[in-house]
Amino acid sequence: MNEAIGKVLMIIGLAFDFFGCLGLIRFPDVYNRIQASAKCVTLGTCGILFGLFLFKGFSPTGIKALLCLLFIIVTAPVSAHALARGAYLSGVKPCKETIADAYGEDKMKGG
Amino acid sequence: MSRLVRWFIGAVLIVAAAIAIIYLPLPSMMRWQSNFLARSFLWLIFAAILCLWRVLRGPSAPDRAVAIDMLGILIVGFCAILSLPTGRDWYMDIGIAWALQSFIGIMALAKHLEGKGFDE
Repeated sequence: MNEAIGKVLMIIGLAFDFFGCLGLIRFPDVYNRIQASAKCVTLGTCGILFGLFLFKGFSPTGIKALLCLLFIIVTAPVSAHALARGAYLSGVKPCKETIADAYGEDKMKGG
Repeated sequence: MSRLVRWFIGAVLIVAAAIAIIYLPLPSMMRWQSNFLARSFLWLIFAAILCLWRVLRGPSAPDRAVAIDMLGILIVGFCAILSLPTGRDWYMDIGIAWALQSFIGIMALAKHLEGKGFDE
């Protein structure tokens, strides 16, 4: 029973991984790519790790999978935010279809 | 017109690769105990190839940094899947260490893109 649920979670995670990487290819802009791929790949890998935990139960490997899941949930959005900020400050412009740029307006007002 | 043709070629290639991974017989190197795990491993390799395409073609440095970040998270998934059919527990240790190192490396890359030192 646990293994069946683990397999279903793994399949969902693999689908999310694939669609995150597809968004990384298809979107026109650095910021769109970040917001498409960071969320999808994080959720997909967390699905795989939770499936591994359901396969293994409360053994050392399962506990390590849970720890790794927690670590990825905490750190992946932080690195995505830092990358978006670094990309903006390094001078990459948003694509032409962008209609709102609140961070740029704040910087113009401040300096 | 050429944009439409390129879109069509890319869509056909991606769908063909997905169908080949799901339905074709596995190569002899990948005959593990469980077919499901072998196919999911090939599927993750396919996603990683899409990431590497963005690393190759990225027009600016932050594109490549984002793709490297996603590749680092995918490799944790590789380690999680590899620890099941081989029965070796230390693959998850590699996964935890890889997640840590990838996070530190990406933070350093982001600081470098921002144009500041690492101890800002």
